[in-house]
Amino acid sequence: MDRYELMGEMDTKDIKTGEGWFDPAHHPSNHPEPVEGLRSEELIVNMGPQHPSTHGVLYLELRLDGEVVIDCRPHIGYLHRSCEKIAENRTYTQFIPFTDRLDYLGAMNNNLGYVLAVEKLLNLQVNERVHYVRTITAELNRVASHLIALGTFAQDLGAYATPMFYCFNDREKIVELFDELCGGRLTYNYMRIGGVQTELPAYADKYIKDFIKYERQKLKEYNELLTYNAIFLARTKKVGILKPEVAINYSVTGPMLRASGVKWDLRKEEPYMIYDRFKFDIPVGANGDSWDRFKVRLDEVSESLKIIEQALGGLPAGNAVSKVNKVYKAPPGEVYLRTENPKGELGFYLVSDGGLKPYRNKIRSPSFSNLAVLPEIIRGLNISDAVCVLGSTDIVMGEIDR
Amino acid sequence: MSFAPEKLWWLLAQGSMILGFVAFSAMFLVWWERKVSALFQNRLGPMTVGWQGTLQTAADSLKLLLKENIIPSGADKLIWWLAPFFVVVPSVMVFLTIPFGEKLIVHDLNVGILFVTSVTSVCVLGIFMAGWGSNNKYSLLGGMRSAAQIISYEVPLLLSVVLVIMETGTLSMQGIVHAQESGWFILKPNLAIAFLVYLISATAEVNRVPFDIPEAESELGAGYHTEYTGMKFAMFFIGEYTNLVIVSAVAATLFLGGWQGPILPSLVWFLLKVYGIIFLLMWVRWTLPRVRMDQMMSFAWKVLTPMALLNLLISGWLMVNS
Repeated sequence: MDRYELMGEMDTKDIKTGEGWFDPAHHPSNHPEPVEGLRSEELIVNMGPQHPSTHGVLYLELRLDGEVVIDCRPHIGYLHRSCEKIAENRTYTQFIPFTDRLDYLGAMNNNLGYVLAVEKLLNLQVNERVHYVRTITAELNRVASHLIALGTFAQDLGAYATPMFYCFNDREKIVELFDELCGGRLTYNYMRIGGVQTELPAYADKYIKDFIKYERQKLKEYNELLTYNAIFLARTKKVGILKPEVAINYSVTGPMLRASGVKWDLRKEEPYMIYDRFKFDIPVGANGDSWDRFKVRLDEVSESLKIIEQALGGLPAGNAVSKVNKVYKAPPGEVYLRTENPKGELGFYLVSDGGLKPYRNKIRSPSFSNLAVLPEIIRGLNISDAVCVLGSTDIVMGEIDR
Repeated sequence: MSFAPEKLWWLLAQGSMILGFVAFSAMFLVWWERKVSALFQNRLGPMTVGWQGTLQTAADSLKLLLKENIIPSGADKLIWWLAPFFVVVPSVMVFLTIPFGEKLIVHDLNVGILFVTSVTSVCVLGIFMAGWGSNNKYSLLGGMRSAAQIISYEVPLLLSVVLVIMETGTLSMQGIVHAQESGWFILKPNLAIAFLVYLISATAEVNRVPFDIPEAESELGAGYHTEYTGMKFAMFFIGEYTNLVIVSAVAATLFLGGWQGPILPSLVWFLLKVYGIIFLLMWVRWTLPRVRMDQMMSFAWKVLTPMALLNLLISGWLMVNS
C-alpha cells in the first residue's frame, strides 16, 4: 500500500520529460569548461554501448574539442546480473559457475580465487597435486587471457584482425585442452571446493610442453610483427601515461599497475597456494604508457610459461579429484582472499552466518578500478589515442557490472 | 573530337566494357582481398558460395541490391544522395585513358596523366559530401579526416608523377609506356624513389592501412559511409576498390613499363603488374597497424613532400647538366 501512495506523490511531469530522474549536475551540458578562450563548438560523442572498440557493453561519453578528448565519462551497468545477491541464495558449491561469468576470459582464475576463499573459510586443506593442477590450469588461463588482450589491442590500433587471429589461434590450443578437461571452452567450472573436477588427461604433459615450445616461438614472432614495429611504437609510446601515484590512488592493479613501474604481484607479495615454490620474474614497465602495458602482458605470458613448465616438472602423483561434499556448512565468520587474476587483483569477501549459504559475498573486481582511472588517462588525448588507451586497459565488462 | 552518330554504338560498347571491367574487378578484388587476408591469418576465407567462395561477392551484391535504402532523418538529402556518385563516376572516368594493352585504350589523351590525377581528386568531394550530408558525428569526423588526408597526399603523389613527365616529356599515357621500351623506370634510382613516394601516397589516397584513418573502424565505426545502406554503401565499396585498381594501374604504367613484357600478350602483362601491386598493398593492409591522424599529416608534409621535392630538384639538375 505504501508503494501506491508513493506513486501518487510523484509528479507526472517528471515522468514525461525525464527531468528530476537524475542529478542535473551530471548532465553533459553542465560540465565545467576546463580551458578558457577561443574554441570551436564541443562535440559530444557517445562511444558505445555498441561500438567496435569498447570491448563489450561499455558506454563512454566523450566530450570532444575537434578530435581532442576534453572529458570522458564511462557509463556502466549494461551487463549487471546481481551476481553478489545471487550468491546469497546459492550454496557455496553452486556459486562456482557464476564466477566463470565474472571475467569470462579468465574463468579458471576466478574459479580459483573463489574456491580458495571458501576453503579458507571452511579451513579445508587440499593435497599437493590439487595445488599443482590448479596452478597449471590457472596459468594457462592467464596466457589465454593475455593473448586476447594483445590481439584485441592490436585490433584497436587498426591492425586489421591479423594479430588477433594469430593470438586466437594460440589460445585455441589452450582452450582445446580445457575443453578436454571440463567440457567448457569459455566457462570452465573446473575447480571444486577441495579439489578439481577432473584429472589432467594422460597426454596433457606432452601437450602442454609442446605448447610452451610453440608459444615461445610465437612470442618472438609477435615482437617482430608488433612490439618493435615503427608504426606500433609511434602509436603507443608515450600515449596514455598512467603515473604510479595515480594508479595507486585509484587502486589500479594487475598488468596496468605494473606497467606504471610498481612491482606488485600477489603471487610474489603474498604467495597463495604454491606460488612461492616457482622461480619467475615480475615484468614492470618504465613509463606507464600504452606500449608498456602491452609489453608487460607480453612478458607475463612468457613468465607464466615458466611457471607452467616448473609446475609440470614437479607435478606429484596422487589424486586431484578428491571426494568432495555436495554442500558445506561454513562456521560463522568472515574471510577475504585476493588472488592475482590476469586483469589484476580479484578479491572475494565471504561472510558466513553458519548456514549452507554465505550471508554476503562481495567481489572486488580488478577491471572496475582499472576502468575508473580511464578518464584520468585520456583527458587531453586525441580520440584515436583514447581508443588506443582503452584497448590497453584490457577490461572485461562481465566483472565490472557483476 | 567530332561526334558522329555511327560512332555512338562504338562509344556505348566502350563504355559498357569499362563499366563491366570496373564492376567485375571490384567484385573480384573483394573476394581476393578476403582470400589474401585469410592466407595471412591462417584461415580459409569464404568457402561456401561457389568453388572456394568465388560467388560470395555476387551473393553479397545481390543482398545489397535488395536492401532497403535508409535515409537518415536529419540528412542533407541532396548532398547525401549525390555523394556516392561523386565517388564512383570519377573513378570510372579515369579508365578512359588507362592503357590496358598495346592497342587497348579508349582514348589516348595528350594530357592523359593530368586527366587521371585531376579526375581522381574529385572523389574527395564525394567523401566529404557523404560525411557532411549524413548528419552523423562519426561520419563528419571521417569526412573531415579524409579531406585533409587526400589533399595532403596529393602533393607528394603529383610531385612523383612530375618526375616521370620530366623524364619522358609527354603527358600521354601511351607515350610514357613507349618511353620505357629501353627499360622500366623503376630501374633508375631517382625514379625508384619516386615510385616509393607514389606508392605510399597512393596507399593514403585510397584510404588503406596504414592510412585508413577516415574509416578507422575501431574509432569511428565506418567513418563517412556509416549511414549508407544497400546499394549506396555498395557504391562506396566499388569506388574504393576501383580507386585501388586505378592507383595500381597508374603505378604500373608510369614505373613498371605498363603493358610491356615478353611472350605474353600485352593485356596479360598489364593485369599481372596491376594485380601484383594490389597484392603488395593488400599485404601491407593485413600486416600493419594504423597511424594516427597527426602522424599521418606530418609524414606527408615533413617526410614525403620534401623527399619528393628534393628528388625532383636533383633529377632536374642532373637532366639539365648532362
